Amino acid sequence: MTAAAAATRIALVGAPNCGKSTLFNGLTGGRAKVANYPGATVETRHGRFETPGGRNVDLIDLPGFYGMSPRSLDEKIALETVLGKDGAAPELILALVDAANLRTHLQSVLQLRAIGAPMIVVLNMYDLALRDGFEIDLDKLEQELELPVVTTNATRKAGREALLSKLDGVLAHLTDIKPAPAGRYPAPEDIRAHQGAARRIADAAIEHEPLFNRATRIIDRFVLHPLLGPVILAALLFFMFQAVFTWSTGPVDFLDASAGALGGFVGAHMPAGWLHDLLVDGVIAGVGSVVVFLPQIVILFTFILLLEASGYMARAAFLMDEIMHRFGLNGRAFIPLLSSFACAIPGIMASRVIENDRDRLTTILIAPLMTCSARLPVYTLIIAAFIPKENVGPFNMQGLVLFALYIAGVVSAVLIAFLFKRTIAKARSQPLIMELPTYKVPNAKDFFISLWMRASAFLKRAGTVILATSVILWFLAAFPASATTLRESFAGRIGALLEPLLAPIGFNLEIAIALVPGMAAREVAVGALGTVYAVHGGPDNAQGLSETLQSAWSLPTALAFLAWYVFAPQCFATLATIRRETGSWKWSGFALLYLFTLAYAGAGIVYWGARAAGL
Amino acid sequence: MLLSEMKKGAAGRISAISAEDPLIEAKLREIGFAENDAVELAHIGPLGRTPVCVRLNRTLIALRLDEAKAISVSLDP
Repeated sequence: MTAAAAATRIALVGAPNCGKSTLFNGLTGGRAKVANYPGATVETRHGRFETPGGRNVDLIDLPGFYGMSPRSLDEKIALETVLGKDGAAPELILALVDAANLRTHLQSVLQLRAIGAPMIVVLNMYDLALRDGFEIDLDKLEQELELPVVTTNATRKAGREALLSKLDGVLAHLTDIKPAPAGRYPAPEDIRAHQGAARRIADAAIEHEPLFNRATRIIDRFVLHPLLGPVILAALLFFMFQAVFTWSTGPVDFLDASAGALGGFVGAHMPAGWLHDLLVDGVIAGVGSVVVFLPQIVILFTFILLLEASGYMARAAFLMDEIMHRFGLNGRAFIPLLSSFACAIPGIMASRVIENDRDRLTTILIAPLMTCSARLPVYTLIIAAFIPKENVGPFNMQGLVLFALYIAGVVSAVLIAFLFKRTIAKARSQPLIMELPTYKVPNAKDFFISLWMRASAFLKRAGTVILATSVILWFLAAFPASATTLRESFAGRIGALLEPLLAPIGFNLEIAIALVPGMAAREVAVGALGTVYAVHGGPDNAQGLSETLQSAWSLPTALAFLAWYVFAPQCFATLATIRRETGSWKWSGFALLYLFTLAYAGAGIVYWGARAAGL
Repeated sequence: MLLSEMKKGAAGRISAISAEDPLIEAKLREIGFAENDAVELAHIGPLGRTPVCVRLNRTLIALRLDEAKAISVSLDP
């Protein structure tokens, strides 16, 4: 073969929780590209690696599925990729099965075999199965399946060698195998037949099978207890949000001081002029004010990723299902909605696991109400400035206010879901059938790769959207050069147009100006306020932004601003994601409209309520 | 007896799987339910006994009472 440039397309398929991403990260080193297929909302991870024999492989990681009767969009995407409906079927399928769950997982292998897909069966987590006491006759399994079988231990390099050496042999003869014909979904009698065959083969190959995982059984006695379970869940969530606020103090202060020092250094070593002002007041102040919140985002994602990888998240969905069901959602919506606390974009994309279109639409529409990490910079700034650092009982007052803001988002999301399910997203109740995986210690490499993907996405936003808006806002606030006060600048003129609209809910001109660039991304408003007040106050203003706000805003205004941020859909990326996932700008427009209405009403109620209460 | 009628801690073997919606039956089978398999009702949801969580072979599966009605079980004596 001379065509070394053409990589062999190999798809990685398997049930959820069978270690697919660990194997993917192990084979590709975690360097993945997220690719979009034209014409569809398909988004899959692609990675490259080279086999020992020197073949280039394009490895495609697909969402997990149990069999070929897809119900959710995620499963449809996986199956359509396998069947080649996007144009090019993979040349080889690596069918991952959990070695400890052969009976069930062999069903999809047999379904895929029936459509003629070229395949290697990979018994993953083989070491764990052996440790638990499994004895499996691999030769027998290979014979019965009439497919090549290898065992892997995805977490260790040595555990993947058998697979890599098998790959070369199979790929060498790949041209002999016909490409998979365009498949169809299996008929009920096929499913029964494949189920029977899968069991027969598994029973023939398994020589000894241990009992159900004891640790999981013991942990679940507490975690899934009807009374204790919800208490543990609530405590975990509460701890998580307190941690986001308290653990981040040190790193945040450090980054804050670093940004200040950098601004001071550049300020002192550059000749005065517009470039000096642009760098110090625009770029460093704007980007710096957002980057300082990286520690909080990292802490929040750390919790979410660990809960997900340990197997707890599915338990949370189980505990939450009925209450969410009564409000017209689905327990499966718990995971997308919890991810939305970090960022609505992965949250909205994670809603693909929801089988019913209407349930999915409702989840997508309320996901932006979950307090995403982009709101944290705004919340923490205002809370630090206006809420006293006292303790109420054992709790930190600032932490409590933050918690209340999260709760406000959740409660309104629940009410909105209830309303939507009775109006625009009417549908009959949909099934829930979900596996609760065995608990496991999260894999460190997978964890750090996922965490890095999230943190770098945030930094990339800081380096692009936020950098650009900081510069634009600085320009708008500093020019025309004839302007001596903020009101005369370009930003002041735009803000002045908005001010009459926002004045009834207690917002002043500076807020109106900061909201203009804040439309692109929520956290931009912090940088924008920094820029607006820095320019406004002149270069002699050495006060921190928080102190500036204390003197510039009344308490009702600050509270109204917080309430506005609970709802306001100030994120282009989220609206674009809604468009992509629902296939229509109509729903993005609807989300924009209903969320701004809520924001205006919420801020107004809080402002006038606080004034009436004499705050 | 239907799986949806089982008490917490009860165990038995699946005698039949049939749902009005063929996709539900397919889904139940693909996730691992099969005739003659041992099941145990391991956990119940905190609100209104639903969803239920059953131990099936070496897995735990959560399903709502509506889906559990599709599965008939003969209880262990």
